Amino acid sequence: MTDLATTLAPERTAPVPVRPRERSTVGRRILVGVLAVLLLAALWELVKVVVPDGGGHLGEASVLPRTDDLAMPHVWDIVDRVLQPETSATGSPTVLSAMLSACWFTLRVALAGWLVGSIGGLLLAALMQRWQLAESALVPWVVLSQTVPLIALAPLVVGWGGRIHVGTFEWQRWMSVALIASYLAFFPVTIGALRGFQSPPAAQVELFRAQAASWNRTMLSLRLPASVPYLLPALRLGAATAVVGAIVAEVSTGTKGGIGRLIISYAQSASGDPAKPWAAIAAAALLGLVAAGLVSLLGLGLGRYRYAEVR
Amino acid sequence: MSAVEARGVGKVFSSRSGDVVALEGIDLTVAAGEFVALIGPSGCGKSTLLRLIADLDAPTTGELTVFGKTPQQAREAQDYGIAFQQAGLLPWRTVTANVELPLELHGVGKAERAGRARELLSLVGLDDFAGHFPHQLSGGMQQRVAIARSLAERPSLLLMDEPFGALDEMTRERMQTELVRICAESGAAVVFVTHSIPEAVFLSQRVVVMSPRPGRISAVVPVNLGDVRGEGLREDASFFAAVTAVREALHGTPVTARGVDLR
Amino acid sequence: MTASAVRRWVAPVVLGVLALLLWQAFVVGAGIKPYLLPSPTAIVEQLVLVLPLVWSAALATGMNVLVGLVVGSVVAVGAAVVAARSRMADTLLSPTAAALSVMPIVALAPALNTMFGTTSTTPRRLVVSVVVFAPVFVNMLRGLRQVQPVHRDLLKAYAATPRQITRTVTIPGALPYLFTGLRIASSTAVIAAIVAEYFGGLQNGLGSRITSAASNSAYARAWAFVLGAILLGLVFYLATLALERTVARRQGG
Repeated sequence: MTDLATTLAPERTAPVPVRPRERSTVGRRILVGVLAVLLLAALWELVKVVVPDGGGHLGEASVLPRTDDLAMPHVWDIVDRVLQPETSATGSPTVLSAMLSACWFTLRVALAGWLVGSIGGLLLAALMQRWQLAESALVPWVVLSQTVPLIALAPLVVGWGGRIHVGTFEWQRWMSVALIASYLAFFPVTIGALRGFQSPPAAQVELFRAQAASWNRTMLSLRLPASVPYLLPALRLGAATAVVGAIVAEVSTGTKGGIGRLIISYAQSASGDPAKPWAAIAAAALLGLVAAGLVSLLGLGLGRYRYAEVR
Repeated sequence: MSAVEARGVGKVFSSRSGDVVALEGIDLTVAAGEFVALIGPSGCGKSTLLRLIADLDAPTTGELTVFGKTPQQAREAQDYGIAFQQAGLLPWRTVTANVELPLELHGVGKAERAGRARELLSLVGLDDFAGHFPHQLSGGMQQRVAIARSLAERPSLLLMDEPFGALDEMTRERMQTELVRICAESGAAVVFVTHSIPEAVFLSQRVVVMSPRPGRISAVVPVNLGDVRGEGLREDASFFAAVTAVREALHGTPVTARGVDLR
Repeated sequence: MTASAVRRWVAPVVLGVLALLLWQAFVVGAGIKPYLLPSPTAIVEQLVLVLPLVWSAALATGMNVLVGLVVGSVVAVGAAVVAARSRMADTLLSPTAAALSVMPIVALAPALNTMFGTTSTTPRRLVVSVVVFAPVFVNMLRGLRQVQPVHRDLLKAYAATPRQITRTVTIPGALPYLFTGLRIASSTAVIAAIVAEYFGGLQNGLGSRITSAASNSAYARAWAFVLGAILLGLVFYLATLALERTVARRQGG
């Protein structure tokens, strides 16, 4: 029996139903975001006032940052610096436009990697769903590879740039970056897709079986739609990790043109121009949000499959 | 003094889609030591009424007293024990620790707690499972632990919300027989929510029949089957007669001919 | 051994061995240059050669992970407790954690190096703490919120005090969730600690060793350090897993 009192207090189990309140208030989210950024800026300035310029040391370790204008420039200086030219050379573009084009570069590489990684992850998950043996053999390795820092390989994959030739095809440096990004996006998508494919309850699977539905039909009409609540968060996470992968790969490869490289080169000139690296870091953080946000757009047309979302 | 006294009790749930009247104009008296069953279709508010008595929800209108006190005072004085459809055992506690929980919360000493838990577990026939964890028990055994827990503080009122609802029929009948014995031993009044007619008849001295939208008491059927109720009663003509009476009260009309179901 | 056990254990092992053999045969047979891919035997050879160096580098990186993991988790648990109690803190903290989880936190490393000095380990530990915050916070908060309605009713029926509810129901119920968060956090912490080293600063950890070996064209040696990084990741993962199991066993799970 479901009496009112019990229906009004639904039990919380994963997947969690998406409550209308959470989906509808994009405006409120943006407001909270702005508020959080303002709070962070206030905290930043507070630290600058409270903590001595030289920072604080506890024995050998420095536990408090240096807070002079070189290490922690004022928030308004950072904002102002974004609008100024990048270098003193005449005709130099503003920091803003330099960062925008760098972010655009990184975003394209990251999304290319994300696309390849996601398709690969979906195919592998379908393979594991199709053959139990494949699942038993692969799942431990997939789980294991998520727990170990395979991104450490980045500096090594980078060495491929300009060194692999297959016919007229030449391996480009940006491809190394995209490869690492795809590699990082691959695992969350694989796991999410597999969990999604396996999410239909026995009763539904047996219904399809009783109708003598083929594996393809079952996949298309049951497992794929049922996997949406699992797949969307996995794809979003994949996009975020792809951005991290792209930035790290740029840094360790020295690939020019992206935001990762920009952070490093700005940081190297930090002693004379302290606001620049902070601006680039903020841009990188925004880039992560944008990538995840773009992938979230995928969910817009899938409302009816998103009765519940795994969070 | 009566165990429960309700005068014109009503409950309205407000939700986004408007107000829902769960209960309206409930008048009910449960005497000390009396076993009363609440029965009715889904949504008739029987569980809500039980939750009002337990002070888990507050009535919107009317007056409700438990042993002459407000439900809140009665709850704070621990005048009642409670059991739900889900056993609601804490999975990280052993059977014994689960039974001891209310005693522990109210500052009863360790030795006394252990003694009482032993007593209760033997009352519900689970002496051998004291050290087990809930997930190692069957559904029926978990429910017996929950009943032992509800009796821990020797309450003079037991509130039970479909405690056997999730059990299979055989286990269910055995549990009913045990409950009759336990209640006779403890002398507590019981308010028992169920949607099974035979269960209500077998257990109670009065069956309160409720109807939905809004939840109301539509009839009260006295069951005069005596105090000693054994398995034999289930096949007795008087039992069937009482079942028929409750069924007719539930459906609002006499069930006409043999073998004809007009539902 | 039953058939399912065979499949669970033998299949992945066979696949792993097969992959290694293929790798070796491919590298040797096709004459792949080491800068593309060294053979497994060459990597193990190098690992044996530079073992003391791998050990000390793993210790340095491992210490960063440990400190960052502890600091980040403590802050996250505290924040989750506050968010579970105050709606306002929740509306501020939950979106922040969600945003943090999709941001490339390691990018902070170079700026933190300027703030704390390039010879300090603090920047890396700070990066790890920030990375750890989101998964621990999100899972802990979910755990604090998952109290079953029947347990809540029960404790209310017993007129339990808020402190008693916290002690008997909320905390024991939240622990498994906390450990899920810690398990996720431990592997991302190792990754963050290594990657943070790619952004400059002290040259004593596994990440710095990998980059310096790679830039010296000592590719097999770089792979040996990668192997060390993988082992370090495994150690942290297994340690949190063991902790989780121990607590679960004590709770009868």
